Amino acid sequence: MARMQITRGMRLPEAKNYVAGKLGVSVLDLCDSGVMYEVRGQLGLGRFYDSESTYPAEPLAMEAKFRIAELLEVPINCVGRFRTLTGLAG
Amino acid sequence: MENKKIPTRMGDGSLTWMTAGEIRADIEEGTRVAAERAKVPPLDEAELGHLLEIFASASRFTGVDIGDEVVLTYDGVGSQHIGTRIHDLQLYEQHLGADSVELYHPDYSFKAVKTVVPYEQGVMRQAQANVTVPLNYGAMPDLGRYTQPDGPVPNWSTLMPLGKIDEARAAQEEAVEHAVADMVYVCDGMLEAGADGVDFDTAGAAGDADFLAALRAIEAVRGRHPDAGIQIGMASEFVLGMHGNLEYEGVRLAGLWPREQMKLAAKAGATIFGPAVNVNTGKSGAWNVARAITIVKPCVQEAEIPVHMNVGMGVGGTPMAPWPPADAVSRSSRALVDILRLDGL
Repeated sequence: MARMQITRGMRLPEAKNYVAGKLGVSVLDLCDSGVMYEVRGQLGLGRFYDSESTYPAEPLAMEAKFRIAELLEVPINCVGRFRTLTGLAG
Repeated sequence: MENKKIPTRMGDGSLTWMTAGEIRADIEEGTRVAAERAKVPPLDEAELGHLLEIFASASRFTGVDIGDEVVLTYDGVGSQHIGTRIHDLQLYEQHLGADSVELYHPDYSFKAVKTVVPYEQGVMRQAQANVTVPLNYGAMPDLGRYTQPDGPVPNWSTLMPLGKIDEARAAQEEAVEHAVADMVYVCDGMLEAGADGVDFDTAGAAGDADFLAALRAIEAVRGRHPDAGIQIGMASEFVLGMHGNLEYEGVRLAGLWPREQMKLAAKAGATIFGPAVNVNTGKSGAWNVARAITIVKPCVQEAEIPVHMNVGMGVGGTPMAPWPPADAVSRSSRALVDILRLDGL
C-alpha cells in the first residue's frame, strides 16, 4: 500500500483494494501477518530475510522488488536502474 | 465512579490524573478553540464521545480496530548511533515492521546535503540492495540556512526589526531561488541513485517563503521525475507570513491552514501530504488531540492525495517529549486515524 501511495498518490482504501486484488487476498488479510507471511513466500515478494536468508530459494530485497514491480504493475526506481546497469533493459 | 481519577498525559508528556468529566471538558475546549481559530466546524457529539472513550481509560496501550491499519512513513529512520545508517533502515523494516523507510543525513537540511550528495548516493544504492519496502530520502527546505552570516542573503530577521521590510522581503525571495536550486539538485541526485521518493520535511518552518520554496521544488522534481514519490510534511498548522505577499498559483501563502496547504501541495505534484499541528505543553493530551483533529478534518475530507499526519513528539497531539510515552502516542495515533480516516501517519 505504501508503494501505491508514494508512487501513485492513491488514497488508502483504493490502495488496499488494489493491492489485495493483485495478491488475490482480502483487504483484511493485508494486515494479518500470518496470512501475509505465506502469501509473500508463495509469490516471492520477500520475507524478513535475516531469518529467511538461510533458504537459498527465498528472494532477497532487490530480487523481491523485481517481483513486486511486476505484480503491482508499478515502476520501482531501483529496479529500473538495476535493469539498465546490468544490461537487462532492452 | 464519576470522581474516579484516570491517569492521563499532559502535552509535555508528564503524567496527570483527571476525572472523566475533566477529560470531557478538555476535549470540548480543544475542539472549540480550534474551530474558532481555524474557522472550521467543531467535532460532533459522536466524535467527542469517541475521544472520551479513548482518553478516559487507564490502559497502557490502545490501537485501531483490526482492518483499520494505516500506512506509516517517516521523517528520517533510526538513531544513526548504532551500526550504520543502512542498519537503521533494515532494523525498521525487519524488526519494527515499517511500511516504508527514509534515509537521511544527520544535518537534515537540503543545503547541507548538497555538499555530500555523492556520498549520500552511495549509501542509497547500497541501501536499495538491502531493503524491500519503499525507501525515500528526506531533508528540510530550511530556508533560514541561506541567511548571513552563514548563508549568502541578508538576514530578514535582523532587517525587519529595523523597519527594512522591502529589504527583508527581497532577501527571502532571493533565498527561495537558492533553496529551490539546492533541493532540485539533491532530489535529482538521490532519485538517480534509486530512491523511491523524496520527502520535503518541516516545510514552512521559516514561514511562507520556506513553503513557497518547497512547492516550487516539488513542481520541478515532478516535472523531471514523473513516477517519483514526493512527500511534504509541514512545520506547523499555520503558514507564518514572514514575507506576507508570496503566492503560489495565485494563492497567498501566508495564513494557510492544512486544507489549503494540501491543495497546493497536490497541485505542485506531491503524492503524500503531511499536516502538522503543534502541541500546547500546558494542556492535556485529550485537549491537544481534539484541537489537532478539528484543524485537520477539512483537509482529509477534501484530500486529493494521501494524507499522512505528523504524529511525533510535539505534533499531532503527541507529547513534546524526547521519549513520548507509548500510552500517549497510541491514544493520539488511534484517535487521529479513527476520526479523521487518515491514509497514514
